[in-house]
Amino acid sequence: MSEAFYSIALEVNGTPRAGQVTARTSLVDWLREHLHLTGTHIGCEHGICGACSVMLDGEPVRSCLMYAIQADGHRIVTVEGLQGPDGRLSVLQDSFCETHGLQCGYCTPGMLIAAQALLDSNPQPTEADIRDAIGGNLCRCTGYQQIVDAIALAARRMAEGTT
Amino acid sequence: MKSPPFECARAASIEEACELLHQHGDAAKIIAGGQSLVPMMAFRLLRPNWLIDINEISGLKFMAFDTDAVRMGACTRQCVVARDDALAARVPLLRKALAFVGHAQTRNRGTAGGSLAHADPSAELPLVAQLLDARLVLRAKSRTRTLTASAFFTGPMTTRLSPDECLEEIHWPAWREQKTGSAFTEVSRRHGDFAIAAAAAQIAVDDEGRCTRVAFGVGGAAPTPVAFPDLARHLVGDRLDNGKAHAVAQEAVAALEPESDTHASAAYRRHLAGVLVTRVLQQAYDAARIAQ
Repeated sequence: MSEAFYSIALEVNGTPRAGQVTARTSLVDWLREHLHLTGTHIGCEHGICGACSVMLDGEPVRSCLMYAIQADGHRIVTVEGLQGPDGRLSVLQDSFCETHGLQCGYCTPGMLIAAQALLDSNPQPTEADIRDAIGGNLCRCTGYQQIVDAIALAARRMAEGTT
Repeated sequence: MKSPPFECARAASIEEACELLHQHGDAAKIIAGGQSLVPMMAFRLLRPNWLIDINEISGLKFMAFDTDAVRMGACTRQCVVARDDALAARVPLLRKALAFVGHAQTRNRGTAGGSLAHADPSAELPLVAQLLDARLVLRAKSRTRTLTASAFFTGPMTTRLSPDECLEEIHWPAWREQKTGSAFTEVSRRHGDFAIAAAAAQIAVDDEGRCTRVAFGVGGAAPTPVAFPDLARHLVGDRLDNGKAHAVAQEAVAALEPESDTHASAAYRRHLAGVLVTRVLQQAYDAARIAQ
């Protein structure tokens, strides 16, 4: 069958973007293949691993469980949108480097989105809050401890106003 | 794993959604949060020709507090349900149940109505709906009907929703008794996974600690979540102790016929359900005793 195309227009990392998509194009495929924002990773593609997490209107969601057409009119932030305006790593990203919170890096974009969403709503999370916030993100390398450390470090640095 | 081709209509109103359902019938599916539907499509377990997206219908996202119930639009996000303090005061089991539902990313997108319409027998919100006997408003193009949860759930992933109907509202009964306690618990292999077995209870007591109203149920141990209104009624007038809770729980689970699968045998599920029912009855009763 020949597939119909639908027009979409949305904001991605603060920039208006538009495109033509088939109904079945997932949001993550559109971000990666049409906008070439390949920071968002595709892991399991059925909503288990969390690697594809992006922010939808400020809240983290799985971009493999949304069709691009459903993002029409909404605001998306991907991992590329976390960096500072001068291209420097954010406090959170730098904290992942500092504590060695990544190894292969595949889960990292999703972890960063989940962690940033936590810090946005809860600037002084407990360890339990942190573990709960990244509960939907799988990491096969680190054993999670350094990721938890990274997020706790970022929260401390942000509270102190240091980077 | 990509979804098979389909066409999509983004309904602006419930009327438009019902009109589209009327037109396309069996060939269409409603998509709400999509947290179960999209994986099923990716696995090609479902191949609808049309998806009717109800996410942009603001009329399906509301909460209204009546005297004896909280009315909720079917497309209310699970994160909104979990966060709302007024709702937690009126229907406390919802927040307690949602603590076991998925993860932040899925609760931000998943909806209350979607979970009920999907009707996974081990899902948490259907269990709460079943034990409180929530009322569900089903809307079609030229008719609306209301079913109780006990009539709505018919089997694993099956409900009385007709192909031309959309779940529009959920009415969660709110108990007005001052001294009410509730509890929800489950065992799953990882937090946020579907339950191997789940149990929930809500109990109201008088000043002497005698039960005046009891509701309890189990999930994951039968083709639908199960409530036990007759056994619950027998507890009215009693002070609940551990022996009594245990006896009632054993009587409740004796009639269950759980499935065996790779995660748990039927015998283990039944045993677990009994343990969890005993636990939630006791916890709900203790909470009711100290409630002000």
